[in-house]
Amino acid sequence: MVSRNSIRTTTRKWSWLFIGPVVAAFIIGFVWPFFQGIYLSFCKFKTISSAEFIGLGNYGKALADVSFQHSFWYTALTAVVSLVLINVLAFMVAYLLTQNLKGSNIFRTVFFMPNLIGGIVLGYIWSMIFDGILSAYSTSILLNTTYGFWGLIILMCWQQVGYMMIIYIAGLQAVPEDMLEAAKIDGANKWQTLFQVTIPNVMPSITICMFLSLTNGFKLFDQNLALTGGLPYIINPDGSTVNTTEMLALNIYNTFYTSGAASRGVAQAKAVLFFILVAGLGLAQLAYTRKREVQQ
Amino acid sequence: MATKEQTLATERRTKTILSVVLAIICVIYCLPVVAVVINSFKGNTFVKTETFALPNEQSFVGFDNFIKGMTFGNYPFANSVLYSAIITVLSTALILIFCSMAAWYIARVDSIFCKIVYFLCVFSMVVPFQMVMFTLSKTADTLKLNTPWTIPIVYLGFGAGLAIFMFVGFVKSIPLEIEEAAAIDGCGPVRTFFEVVLPMLKPTLISVGILEIMWVWNDYLLPVLVLDINKYRTIPIHIQYLKGSYGTVDLGATMALILLSIIPVIIFYLACQKHIIKGVAAGAVKG
Repeated sequence: MVSRNSIRTTTRKWSWLFIGPVVAAFIIGFVWPFFQGIYLSFCKFKTISSAEFIGLGNYGKALADVSFQHSFWYTALTAVVSLVLINVLAFMVAYLLTQNLKGSNIFRTVFFMPNLIGGIVLGYIWSMIFDGILSAYSTSILLNTTYGFWGLIILMCWQQVGYMMIIYIAGLQAVPEDMLEAAKIDGANKWQTLFQVTIPNVMPSITICMFLSLTNGFKLFDQNLALTGGLPYIINPDGSTVNTTEMLALNIYNTFYTSGAASRGVAQAKAVLFFILVAGLGLAQLAYTRKREVQQ
Repeated sequence: MATKEQTLATERRTKTILSVVLAIICVIYCLPVVAVVINSFKGNTFVKTETFALPNEQSFVGFDNFIKGMTFGNYPFANSVLYSAIITVLSTALILIFCSMAAWYIARVDSIFCKIVYFLCVFSMVVPFQMVMFTLSKTADTLKLNTPWTIPIVYLGFGAGLAIFMFVGFVKSIPLEIEEAAAIDGCGPVRTFFEVVLPMLKPTLISVGILEIMWVWNDYLLPVLVLDINKYRTIPIHIQYLKGSYGTVDLGATMALILLSIIPVIIFYLACQKHIIKGVAAGAVKG
């Protein structure tokens, strides 16, 4: 008889083959850069070898940076507005596509398609379109903060509605048929059924999609870089410049690579703050879904 | 009876109207891609002024944009296609093989070390790339991982989190008895994994594979920071650098290159649509 324990013992002899390569790559690609990044956020450095520990100074500078503050609020606004629009639109489309309409499969294919196009390419496609429209009024998406904001929202909706739609469709198809039937027999109209039977039943999908679109919004980089690159910028009375459509990820990138090597410590501190923010959202999602699982 | 027939008729009419409305929205949804197609055949100056008009005698330039696009930006477009393909194929293959092996080991051996690795993997899924981008690109540089043939190791490291998370979830649902039977028949762990477990993992392999392909093919920031971009550019890097290489961009040629870069994506999508949609839905756990 081969016991479970003896199988486990022989398997362990092969650990170098099974888990070794991933652990090695994971240390190179994640663990070491992560901890080194945390350490460097407390340092003044131009190159890693010249790093000099200075404590919390970088964090103070990062939090006092006007462009960082602006990018935080701009990102939060973009994330919340896109969250609402994407989810409302995606739910509406998913609801219609689960009503046995003719051509549902083709519609689903089309709505999902933009998801496969990369962020940089998406940004250039839409900048061509917006500039095509705006050139008639002799302006450009790069010249106007409001257009830049709504341009990015439209781009995000175009890209993400199809993705969220897929999750909503899965949720809607799992609503028990007999509950819908019972509501019909009880004389509920379509709207009553939607709000009192369907929506409560797809709450888990709604939660997932809300968190997904929120974190997607906060982490957005490629689209932001390609569509406006943060432009237009304004110069404050104190001489500091603020890129008005720059989101957090792009602000961190610019602090690292375009503001000169002296600001890298501050950039790394911003990156840690950004990590805490995004990870916080992730943990909130985890805690929320766990709580629901316990309740069920 | 008449009322019932009437309601059925109204319902049918509502459905037809909804179908038509959705069809119109679908056409609007496709317009950005259509705009890329029509503008890729127009001369540069016309892209901005007549963005939504079909090419006419003045603006039509035939395949000039595509020919110009091949060497546009002082970099051969064919090279960036080749590098994108190499990096995507190698990275996806590495991730699928090594992460499925590691995930099986983690799920079955379940030692403290395994628990730590698994925890770190799940943790890495909530870490945004900006947090590690500077240090990761320096580490990759030091270790000479800055070529298309070695960057897949970086992708394996940074992408391990989601892949291991998805594989472990699936391995845990496979009954242990099958592997025990294999062991009783004299299979060692290596044979058990490759001949018994791996075939059962097929659905997850496809889902993870799709997610990794979509991620690596479209990724911009990681390769631009890690690769030596004077020598090696992927498609997204190439398109982003068109802007930097001249004062003003030749929009016609840019659209031609964008069209060339999305055609394979759309073909891939239409060919494996079912798997893609399933894979994406399965990966939705990632924030």
